[in-house]
Amino acid sequence: MSTIPTQIASGSASATPGQTIGPFFGYALPYEGDADLVPPGSPGSIRLHGWVYDGAGNPIPDALLEIWQTDADGNVPQAEGSLHRDGWTFTGWGRAGTDLHGHYSFSTVLPGAAGEGRVPFFALTVFARGLLDKLQTRIYLPEHPANAGDPLLVSLSEDERATLVATADATGLRFDIHLQGDRETTFLNYG
Amino acid sequence: MTATTETQADLSAEIAKIEADAEGQTQEGKPSRQPLLDYPPYRSSILRHPTKDPRHADPETIELWAPCFGHSDVDPLEADLTIAGSNEPIGERITVSGRVLDGEGRPVRNQLVEIWQANSAGRYVHKREQHPAPLDPNFTGVGRCITDAEGRYRFQTIKPGPYPWGNHINAWRPAHIHFSLFGRAFTQRLITQMYFPSDPLFALDPIYQSITSQKDRDALVARYDHDLSVPEYSMGYSWDIVVTGPSRTWTEPEEGDL
Ligand SMILES: [Fe+2]
Repeated sequence: MSTIPTQIASGSASATPGQTIGPFFGYALPYEGDADLVPPGSPGSIRLHGWVYDGAGNPIPDALLEIWQTDADGNVPQAEGSLHRDGWTFTGWGRAGTDLHGHYSFSTVLPGAAGEGRVPFFALTVFARGLLDKLQTRIYLPEHPANAGDPLLVSLSEDERATLVATADATGLRFDIHLQGDRETTFLNYG
Repeated sequence: MTATTETQADLSAEIAKIEADAEGQTQEGKPSRQPLLDYPPYRSSILRHPTKDPRHADPETIELWAPCFGHSDVDPLEADLTIAGSNEPIGERITVSGRVLDGEGRPVRNQLVEIWQANSAGRYVHKREQHPAPLDPNFTGVGRCITDAEGRYRFQTIKPGPYPWGNHINAWRPAHIHFSLFGRAFTQRLITQMYFPSDPLFALDPIYQSITSQKDRDALVARYDHDLSVPEYSMGYSWDIVVTGPSRTWTEPEEGDL
């Protein structure tokens, strides 16, 4: 690989503004296998799932979520093939629309830490009708020993921190998203 | 669609007031994010925008890389939206092309671009309730491509029509094509809409006007490009896209950089 990350560059040109994904993406962006980063039920697979809610506590049936993650060993995947999954290649990226009940579900593996003392998480992007631009955040793993030293988690109040840490359930992890309200998810900017 | 009694005049007054407030803030040196997420003239945004400012995070390794797509993901024929049926779709044939660049003007190469749009009558191929404009059996309105070494994309399609959407009485969306883009890093992910020059609906549309600065709104409008028009075939529109956000930098030039 000819690329060596050295420092962070943000750039100075004006960004093209975002616009809402609108209501009509359902026949365009979802595709077969989009949410299955690994085959469901394969060794090491987990389900990452949850519900997406609006400020009145109603489920959002027209949201689209994307996750991007390291593999189980903490490597950044750089293999193509997310749109035509072969069942063997881990691309680290997946997409899931919410159903009529606001529920989404991915089949994936737990992300590994990118290095000594680093904290593993799923990077998450949220789109929805009514949401004028993307939102981004992180899904941290429950009770991971490195969480206690993570600069972002440490900077948050207990309530805010709770919005970014998944809970374990029978099949893997549950992570709900609240776009607004008492339990509003903490969203991030990286600027 | 939900019944509403609000008129375009009511909406236009709200739009004008928010823009004036935003201009005042900009003069005080407080540029707001574009678009605003809390933008009540777009009624569906009222319960779907966060009320807290986003928290700053120093990007971690995974966030400085982007997912990788390539030619095994996308067939080159997916860039031609006019060949989905056995006959040609109805409408004005257009060629839409441009470059995807990062904040430093570098091309975003070998990256996925997805589009979706209404047909020439303003109707989507989608189960959700819509106005009774005709469907076109030869047009699905979905396309994909992978950018080339210069970050260029190119689609062959037909010009979408405007459509009504129930936000208020007589609400019509300006004609647009939805674009989904990945940059060089997770932080640069973008979904947006491309518009066509001089649309009379711009001033009336809460989604377009949720971007309160004219300069930023202009960045979503394609340019008619006669050099891109294909003789005896299609009209050309050019539109470049800039995706910003922290990414990793390179100590060595990439292949193709001179
Ligand atoms: Fe649309």
